[in-house]
Amino acid sequence: MNWDKKDLLGIKGLSREDIILILDTAESFKEVSQREIKKVPTLRGKTIITLFYEPSTRTRTSFEIAAKRMSADTINISASTSSYVKGETLKDTAKNLESMMPDVIIIRHSMPGAPHMLARIMDASVINGGDGAHEHPTQALLDLFTMREKKGKIDGLNITIIGDIAHSRVARSNIFALKHFETKITCSGPPTMLPPYLEDLGVKVEYNIEKAVKNADVIMMLRIQKERGGISYIPSIKEYSTLYGLKASHLEKAKKDVIIMHPGPMNRGVEITDEVADGPCSVILDQVENGVAVRMATLFLLAGGDG
Amino acid sequence: MKNKTLLDKKALERTINRITHEIIEKNQGCGALSLIGIRTRGVHLAQRIRDKILDVEGISLPLGILDITMYRDDIFKLKSPVLKKTEIPFDVNNKTIVLVDDVLHTGRTIRAAIDAIMDLGRPNKIQLAVLVDRGERQLPIHPDYAGILYTANPEEEVLVRLRELDSKDDVIVVKPQ
Repeated sequence: MNWDKKDLLGIKGLSREDIILILDTAESFKEVSQREIKKVPTLRGKTIITLFYEPSTRTRTSFEIAAKRMSADTINISASTSSYVKGETLKDTAKNLESMMPDVIIIRHSMPGAPHMLARIMDASVINGGDGAHEHPTQALLDLFTMREKKGKIDGLNITIIGDIAHSRVARSNIFALKHFETKITCSGPPTMLPPYLEDLGVKVEYNIEKAVKNADVIMMLRIQKERGGISYIPSIKEYSTLYGLKASHLEKAKKDVIIMHPGPMNRGVEITDEVADGPCSVILDQVENGVAVRMATLFLLAGGDG
Repeated sequence: MKNKTLLDKKALERTINRITHEIIEKNQGCGALSLIGIRTRGVHLAQRIRDKILDVEGISLPLGILDITMYRDDIFKLKSPVLKKTEIPFDVNNKTIVLVDDVLHTGRTIRAAIDAIMDLGRPNKIQLAVLVDRGERQLPIHPDYAGILYTANPEEEVLVRLRELDSKDDVIVVKPQ
């Protein structure tokens, strides 16, 4: 199995084999982060730019740490401190950055398709670090990595995703990725937050959270995407947290060894209680740790080799 | 294509036995030794050496597996490099390590392997054991234990085949037509 793609724009466009190759490569890189000296020379001389037009703690830091552990040089640009505020278009910014010969650009943008546009006009590899409510491929990959690590496999898992599915790029990328495996996916949340296309994707819709978590191997909680108007789809946060917040009592309905995931940032007391977030079933911080390994793997596959 | 056999099954076994005895002799027993095999065939050779040492000395040495892909100097020239796991389940600090590979050629693999081990700590000593030394070094690297010397032409390919992977044991030289 070989990697032959210039960019990583979404899970759509990846095959099951591509996904497994990334996860296997990430497994090899995880060891590097567990060393005393966390550095390998693999991407020495490569320049990696993160270009973030939306706020981020985890994804940007994770990419930067991943790149640095492989000895690449990293430059971080965030919209608020860039020429964007002076009116420069994304295309012009991209063209200017390209002149400085970067090897990989990781972009996060509120506009779906922004990374795809960049990929068309740039020679550098482009990684989608989240584009609007469209896709967030590295998050889905680190989620699958965590599931495989904790459960030993992905095939055969029952996965329940709860929350603001309609505005969640994490949910979309996860569904695309999990559909490559023999999984049963159930989505739950207020009807206004469950998009109509879910059933076409082969996903079960269950409005009642108690029923949705029944027999689940994995429960993935999502926050309300306030920046994409999520709040206007529900009567009140209080009602939402009563009906769709994950509480310890829900876990009894799931499989005994259920794992609780959350891509972060968490809104404690809204979609998840402290008890669950910090409880023994939570793998939320493992997800963050695995994120670095998965991003090392994607950078390696895109920037390594002669492609 | 005409292949030449350098070592057949029996000869291969004898050669591994000799290397094993040399390792034991040079290190005056092998209580403080650790073995690290370079993927892929070096790992199986290292396993055989470990088994042999267990037979002869009654000591089971720690065995590590090293994938050098992250340390290659030609990583950007490869079409699509494939990374496998490195598993070294022991502390390399202050150890004597015997690095095991199948064929020694340019020395670049060994350079990468030494760098990879050094990133894990500061071993006391690193020794090199190879089954075949085919010459044509591009770096100042010399094996401590060499099974056979065969000065190959650049166009020749020296193949070590091991039963664990290739369902037979031998070393052959493949000449292009």
